[in-house]
This record gives sequence, C-alpha cells and structure tokens, in this order.
Amino acid sequence: MSVVSGLLSNALVSGAVLALAGLGELLAERVGVLNLGVEGLMALGAMSAVAAVSGTHDPAVGVLAALATGAAAGSLFAFATVVARASQVLCGMALTMGGMGLAATLGRPFAGQPSAATFPVLPIPLLDRLPVLGDALFRQSLPVYVAFLILPLFLHWLLFRTRHGLALRAIGENPAACDAVGMKVLPLRFAYVVLGAAISAGAGAYLTLGFVPSWSDGVTAGRGWIAVALVIFAGYRPWRIVAGALLFGFVGALGYLAQARDWGIPSAFLGMLPYLVTLLFMMLPALTGRGRVAAPAALGVAYYRDQR
Amino acid sequence: MQPGELPRTVLPEAARTAFVRMRGITKSFYGARANDGVDFTLQGGEIHALLGENGAGKSTLMNVLTGLYQPDSGEIAIEGHVRRIASPADAIEAGIGMVHQHFKLVPAFTVAENIHLGWNETPFRLDPASLAARTQALSDRFGLAVSPGARVADLSAGEQQRVEILRVLARGTRILVLDEPTAVLTPAEVRALFAALRAFRADGNAVILISHKLGEVLEIADALTVMRAGRSVATGSTAGASRSSLARLIIGDTAIPATVARNETDVPGAQAVPLALRGVSVRDHRGIALLDGVDLDVRAGEILGIAGVAGNGQRALSEVLTGCVRPDAGDVLLDGDASGPRGAREFADWGVGHIPEDRLRTALAADLPLGENAVLRDYRGDAAGSGPFLFPRRLARLARRIIDDAAVNLRDSRIPARNLSGGNQQRLVAERERRIASRVLVAAYPTRGLDVGAVAALHAGMQALRASGVGVVLISEEIEELLAQADRIAVLFAGRIAGILPVAQADAERLGLLMSGQVLPEPVS
Repeated sequence: MSVVSGLLSNALVSGAVLALAGLGELLAERVGVLNLGVEGLMALGAMSAVAAVSGTHDPAVGVLAALATGAAAGSLFAFATVVARASQVLCGMALTMGGMGLAATLGRPFAGQPSAATFPVLPIPLLDRLPVLGDALFRQSLPVYVAFLILPLFLHWLLFRTRHGLALRAIGENPAACDAVGMKVLPLRFAYVVLGAAISAGAGAYLTLGFVPSWSDGVTAGRGWIAVALVIFAGYRPWRIVAGALLFGFVGALGYLAQARDWGIPSAFLGMLPYLVTLLFMMLPALTGRGRVAAPAALGVAYYRDQR
Repeated sequence: MQPGELPRTVLPEAARTAFVRMRGITKSFYGARANDGVDFTLQGGEIHALLGENGAGKSTLMNVLTGLYQPDSGEIAIEGHVRRIASPADAIEAGIGMVHQHFKLVPAFTVAENIHLGWNETPFRLDPASLAARTQALSDRFGLAVSPGARVADLSAGEQQRVEILRVLARGTRILVLDEPTAVLTPAEVRALFAALRAFRADGNAVILISHKLGEVLEIADALTVMRAGRSVATGSTAGASRSSLARLIIGDTAIPATVARNETDVPGAQAVPLALRGVSVRDHRGIALLDGVDLDVRAGEILGIAGVAGNGQRALSEVLTGCVRPDAGDVLLDGDASGPRGAREFADWGVGHIPEDRLRTALAADLPLGENAVLRDYRGDAAGSGPFLFPRRLARLARRIIDDAAVNLRDSRIPARNLSGGNQQRLVAERERRIASRVLVAAYPTRGLDVGAVAALHAGMQALRASGVGVVLISEEIEELLAQADRIAVLFAGRIAGILPVAQADAERLGLLMSGQVLPEPVS
C-alpha cells in the first residue's frame, strides 16, 4: 500500500463513522427535530455492538443490536420531544450524557479488549485491481460502501425524488401547512427521529467493529458532535454530508500519518485537527457572506395544532 | 326531547340538503368562550358571508369546521350526515377546503411542490418537470394563473393566495372557506378572485367568506350569518341588506360610532415640517431601488395620505420615515436637521410612532405576554422602573392601562400576544404607538383586518392626533379611506412620488391614474 493509498483508505474508514452518524442526524433535522444526542447514541451503539458480538462472533448481529438500541433510545427521545414537546436541546443533552454514562457502565466487562468480531473486507471484483485507488476505495468493508454510496444515494432519492420525501421536507419547514393539507405531522416526525437515531447508533457499531476496533469509555471522542456540525455545514444535503465526512476523515488520517512519520508536529495538536477544522468550516460560510445555510424553517420548534 | 327541539337523526328536508349544518358549536381558549353554541347552515350553490367584529369567533368556527380545532361540544352534519371532523384530513375528505388568513404554504418550496404537498394523487416519484406540467394543467382548468416553478417566498400575497386556492380546489373541494381573502389583495386581484368564486359557485359548489368589507359582501354574497361575542346573532339573505343595516347587526345594540369625518379646521403651527425626506433612495440587498429620489414633507397637524398599489415602495417609505432603515442616498430631516436622531429608538424617543404593515412579525414579540408587548415602547422609562431595574408592579400597571385603552378583548395580560386575534393585535399596536407619537405617527395599513367599530375608533384617534399638532402619515390602499381622512394625498408608484394632491383636488379617478403610473392631463401644483 502506497502512502497515498493508505491515507485515502484511512480517511474512508474514519470518515464512514461521521458519514453514518451525520446521515442519521439529517433525517431527524429534516423533519424539524434537532437531536443533540448523537454522541450518546453512538456510544450506546458502539457498546451494544461489542457486547453482542462477544457472544455470537457475528458482526451482523452486532449491527442489529446497535440499531435496536438506537431505535429504543431514539423512541424515548422522540416521545419526549415530539409527543410531549419538551425542549429538544435539553433532551438531546440528556440523551448524550445518559447514553455515554449508560454505555460506560454496561460496557465495563468489554472495556479495553479487542472486539470479538470485525467487519470482513469485501473487495469489489475488478475495481479492486485499479492502481492506487483500487486498494483504497474498493477493498473496504460493507459499512464503508453503505456510508459513502448506498445510504446517501437512497436518502437523496427519498428526500428529493419522491412524494414521501417532499412531505418529510415540508414537515421540517412548516408543520402547520402540512397539517392543513391533512398530513400526519407527529407520527412522521416520530418515525424519522427514531430511524435517524438507529442509524446514528449504527455509526457507533462501525466504530467499535471496524474502525478502532475495541470498546472503551470515551471511544466516540466527540464524533457525534462533529456529525451534528457536519449536517449544518453540509446544508442538510446527503451527498455533501458524505463529502464533508470524507474531508474530516482525511484530516484525521493526516494526523496519524504525521505521527507515524514523525513530522515534528506535537501529537496533541494533530489530535486537535479535526475539531479545529470543524470550527473553521462552521465559520466559513458566515465569513464569506454567501451560502447562508438554509436550515429547515421549523427546526427545533415543537408543533401544536389546537392553539392560536 | 323537549318541544321544538329537532331529533338528531332525522333532519328536516331543508337541513338534509344543506351542504353544512353546524349545531351548538362551543369552543373555549384559556377559559374564554370563542364559540358559544353557534349554529351555522350553508346551502349548496351559495356564497355565504360570515360577518362579525374582531374576536367574534368567525375564524374559530371555521377552524372547527376544517378539523384544526376540536369543539368542546356541538355537532357537524355534512350533506345531512353527522360527521366527526377530527383532523384536516377528515375535512378534505368531506370536501371542505380552507384558505387561511395567514397562508399555510411552505415558503422555501416551489409553487408546484406546494400544490402537490400531502396529496394522494401526487405521483410517488417526483420529477420537477412533471409536477410543473400537472400544476399548469390545474391552473388552466380552474382559471387561476400561477407560475409552477417560482418559489413561494418570492410571490406577492395575491399570487400566494391563488396557490392556496388552487391547492384546495385541486383536491376536489366543494365547500371553500376563505378567511379575509381580500385583505391583502389589490383591487384588480380582488376582481379576479371574485370572478373565480362566481365560476366555482356556478358549478353547484359553495363558498364561506369571512370579511370585514361590507361593500364586497353585498357585491358577491348570496347569504350571510352575523356573529357577535361567540354567538350567531342573525342569518339570512343579503337581498335588501345595506351597509348600515349590516354594521348595526355586527356591532349590536351599542351606539354605532359615527363615521369620523376629516376635521377641516387648520391646526395652529401647521406650517411646521417636523419630518421631511429630500432625494431619498433605498435599495434592497440585490441593489434594486425600492425608493427612488423621494421628496416628501410631513407637516404638523395634517394627515398625509400615501396612496398606491401595495409593493410600490410603501414598506421602505414607512421604514425610512421611522428610522428603521437609513436611506442609501438623500436625507431624512427632523425639524429640518439631517444630523439629529438616528435609528428606530432615537426616532421613537424624538416622537415618531410606527404602526408597521406586518404587525405579528415586526410590531409584536409574538411569544411574549400581552403585557410585555404593551410596554415595549416604555420599558426603559421611569414609568416602568429605575435605572437598570424593572419594577414588575409598575410595569403591570402601565401595561394594564395601555391594554385597557386599546380595548383589546383578552383581559389577561399574561397570555402570549400570538393568541390575540389579528384585529386585536392591531388595536394593541395602534394604541402603543399612538402614545409615543408626540411629533409624527406613521401608520401602514392600520385598518387592515379591523371591524367597522375599530376602524372608526382608529380614525378618531388619528384625527385627535392631527388636532394636537402631530403629523400623521397614513399609508393605505383604500382610496375611500384616504379621501375621507387625509388633508393631502401623495401617490407612490414604482418607488417614486407620482404626484401629491390636496384632498380638495383629489378624486378616485385622478388617484387611480397616478397609481397606475400615468401622468395627469393637467399640471398639479
């Protein structure tokens, strides 16, 4: 593996975690719910995946366990924010802190050990023989293909090419208008918040069964927050989220490379890089004055019908 | 069963054929009864006007009919069958469609996307071209011109309304409910709307029209129901009704406020010009001129009317006159001085009151309580506190006084301002601004959405300000109002002053010519 190929491969692997988490968050935000609990969902997913594979040695079971855990935690969050209309910001914080704490407690037996199973590499025939790119792009595990190709392709089609997607986007923009034309605002919001939470937890499963691969307390390392920032930075569009995730993955991979090759940059600074880049990219659209990111107009606002 | 009461299941012949029959509808908000046992009947093939003062319960009744509100009690029969309308989806299925006073459109979406929103006939796979083609076909079929690819946020109020109506009609609506549809329309748009409504009625459908404009009601409606304080007090045909008979029904037995006529006497010190514009130009963020070299004098003790079709620079004019916006070119002179107060707060302290055109968004903090909205102009003064501190009881007392003077119908000052009906919001803003307008009051469409009584009260207030030497700028689309109230009338067209007429020389015809951008045949001083 050449340096370039290794760098790219590394960027894809670490970017896949952000891409999956970001795409999950996208679903919630598109229907108007700001879920700040991604970090907690990822921790829960990461821990439950490791726990599930420790008995079964099957990564698929680990993924299913993470999705189910995410959906359960997401249902709780959706009940609080969509049905009971509690503050989305506070509930998100609670989900992050509660999720991380619960994962740390329940994950203690597995902490620090290598995961019992990891995702196998799934080379794409022929394409994997391409020089440089073949190794980097087409010798990856299934979740990487899902994160960078299958899921964004599907979500873009769903959101922008189907009647259902029009409804989803409209609910995030103006739930009162949707209600007036007879759409079921609250059930749709609930469903997509839960689905998004499951996907975000799935990102945690890839973290501990693919990228790291082991569980320890704090393994998510703020990636959930980066995913939230990524969604805003990407203007709530699936392909741009994935592209942004790749960029962050690249920055992270560069840090590892610099450390391995001893470029003389303090490792603490290299470790900071992704977070610094996050700050930079959040400021960029505002500083350049153009591309003011159009958030869904009703993002973060609970919907009441029977109230003037 | 008591004598005289109808059995519930067997309705008499007339009621069975009625499109809509609502009986005993009651609905309360915060303990206040917005609807109190209302009966309402709509026949097929009629345009039925629903009249009443602000807060009489008209919108509430229609929100019950369209499933947005659930009544506390009462029943609804559609074409003779008692139905529970639990949601807007049920209403649409029953053939009822409503065009709300505040449009329920998604501003970020195109016209075609808004039309197809939540519609089961929308193809599952969306493709912009086919959506546009379907929208165009609907537009042709119902005779409502819309441009399918345009973003709703970029449309005028009239165009947005056509989108709403088209969306409702496309779903097979037979009962169309319109809540103050003409409030935001230009006269030409009103004519087009009425033509579309007549065509709709001719197909055997029915329309419920909520309106304050009695002239329009008499022109287009076949039947009417009058509501007062949450009850229906009269119902019948419009044949033989007159504006004054309707006004009496709407206001009730209390004295009808006389139409306030212009005070012809001159006010001492009327030569002074507290506020003037010299060569003022304002451009929007795209660099398009909203105002273009405007010269205007606001004289003390006069009402200066600003006529013109909406969208010809009225908003920019009111913002420049009140210090909200600084002109890109030219000067705003206060007492002849361009170097005086700057910004909305300093203008207000100097004595400029401002009733903006969009009261909910630019005049009120909708989620704050009524009381805090009432004192928005006074909270810094000694009447509300001292230094950096607010004294809640003083504040509450002040708020109480303003709310009482505004004659707002909700008495609890802790209720969020958005819970006021549109007309009551307007009353509150008008009273708050009247209080601080010691030199100039700028009022943009102040009577929009007000009932007859409130309009008369507002006009009386403006005449009283005039008599005390305040310069009043009255921006209005209603020529009748301007002719009755103003001393001079300036006409805005395409961001310029097309002409200024003393009211003695002004009539509807001359103003109409100026408003359409034509030059008057004879020179005007």
